[in-house]
Amino acid sequence: MKNSQGAAYAGCPLAEVKGDTDVSEANGPKKKRMSLEKRHNLTGWVFLAPATIMIAIMSFWPMIQAFILSLQTGKANDLSFGGLTNYMRMFKDKVFMTSLGNTFLYLIIQVPIMLVLALMLAQMLNNKDLRCKGLFRTAIFLPCATSLVSYAIIFRSLFGVDGFINSVLVGLGVLDSGYNFLGHAFSAKVVIIIALVWRWTGYNMVFYLAGLQNIEYSVYEAAKIDGASPMQTFFKITVPLLKPTILMTAIMSTNGTLQLFDESVNLTKGGPGQTTLTMSHYIYDTVFKFVPTFGYASAMSFLIFILVAILAFIQMKVGDKRD
Amino acid sequence: MTKTKRNRILMYIVLIIVSLVSVFPLYWMLMAATNKSVDVSRGRLIPGTALIDNWKALFAQQPVQRAMVNSFKYAVILTLCALVICSLAGYGFEIYHDKHKDLVFSILLLAMMVPFVATIVPLFRMFSAAKLLDTTIAFILPTISTPFLIMMFRQNARAFPIDIIEAARIDGLNEVQIFFRMFIPTMRSTYAAAMTITFMNAWNNYLWPKVIMQGEESITMPMLVANLTEGYVTDYGVLMLAVLLCSLPTVIIFFLLQKSFAEGITGAVK
Repeated sequence: MKNSQGAAYAGCPLAEVKGDTDVSEANGPKKKRMSLEKRHNLTGWVFLAPATIMIAIMSFWPMIQAFILSLQTGKANDLSFGGLTNYMRMFKDKVFMTSLGNTFLYLIIQVPIMLVLALMLAQMLNNKDLRCKGLFRTAIFLPCATSLVSYAIIFRSLFGVDGFINSVLVGLGVLDSGYNFLGHAFSAKVVIIIALVWRWTGYNMVFYLAGLQNIEYSVYEAAKIDGASPMQTFFKITVPLLKPTILMTAIMSTNGTLQLFDESVNLTKGGPGQTTLTMSHYIYDTVFKFVPTFGYASAMSFLIFILVAILAFIQMKVGDKRD
Repeated sequence: MTKTKRNRILMYIVLIIVSLVSVFPLYWMLMAATNKSVDVSRGRLIPGTALIDNWKALFAQQPVQRAMVNSFKYAVILTLCALVICSLAGYGFEIYHDKHKDLVFSILLLAMMVPFVATIVPLFRMFSAAKLLDTTIAFILPTISTPFLIMMFRQNARAFPIDIIEAARIDGLNEVQIFFRMFIPTMRSTYAAAMTITFMNAWNNYLWPKVIMQGEESITMPMLVANLTEGYVTDYGVLMLAVLLCSLPTVIIFFLLQKSFAEGITGAVK
């Protein structure tokens, strides 16, 4: 192995002259080999440089700037240092607190429902005896191919006063006239949660299905022979073995939910009142709809960053513990 | 034995119900696009004859062609650039890895924690100061390099046999040639998966274009669809036709690349 590696290096353009010589010579003088390794090392840096630089400029640098901005107060570009004023303001801002509460409500209710559902579906689809597997998988994943704006509007229309759901309920005699699902705080939140589960379950399921490919199927067959119920198989085999994948999807979903924007804007427009408004929606409004207050908006968005980091940290800790 | 049989039947019932629920809103959208708004409200679920009228009304109200062209332009350019840049990086991190590069990689992964909305104010100020609002560059730069894609390529590059690289070096190919002639063709399914994800995200992106695309001429499809709901009266037929047109490209891409998509994701989760 070592020899073949040496020969491979010798075959590189730099050492081309020595191409056909024997092994001992192909290993070459130490100096030349070093420079070749250095060259490869440098090539590596060149390969990863563009992506790394772009992430630094487009993610890390704006994050630092957001923090600096969050310490400044004032309207539009007329800014002055204000210390923690913006952060204090957040906790007195009723609209912001509502949006924070809404976002967490979606997180606490929707993410667990979605992940458990996705896991169960993945386990069912992983069954070797299942017929029409591809058909089921495609159908369940299909919602993910629609854009966020599109599905938000489809659900808005389905649940509208003169929408499909109401026409069915009236037709069946459950309701006398159309119920304004999006005009009442509770039902509007429920519609958002239903929509989110509809859109994202298949997405998470694909990751679990992929993770299940790496688990020997014989484990499942052995469990079946031992008479394990589907419930037992689920909790004793699927969940523990997929833990890294579950952790990854939990972090991704948390991150996504804390940033909910399209649904709030297009499905309910944050209403009725501000009862379904999300944090991102409110931040957008403070910058682009009202008189821009960059400092305040940055403080709110920095809070989201801190929340994402804390929650990811907790999830990783919890994920580790159960080993 | 009867118990396993019952479980099986239960499983099929659950899967059929979930599949129907998953597909129904899309089926409804498809049917709504071919019907008059009144019929849609009445709950009509079979194809209608109003498709052409809806089409004419939609194109008369909104710059659909322009939005389509823009969305395609932004999404295709972003996808191509992101694939090249991120796969180069993933390959570089894996094939030439040493402890310095591994450190850089773990720092990059931290960017996954950065919520996009948290960077939007500084990014907006950056691009508006550089007079780049309403440009393709402004659309593509913030998401041209993502930790997720780099990670995906790195994980998949692990399966790329080192022997191929060594053999290619003996044949006198340089490192860049090895990447383009050996790595890219071998990793076709990874590229397909990455392409599907990147194109869908780019096409569906709503927040960022809403922030930077302020001129009427740089409108994207999701923005156009959202604009349609601004009025007081909603014409469901026209609206759903717009939603259909906005969803079609991503659905087609998904169906075309579905198989490689699953393979590519499997490699990334390993």
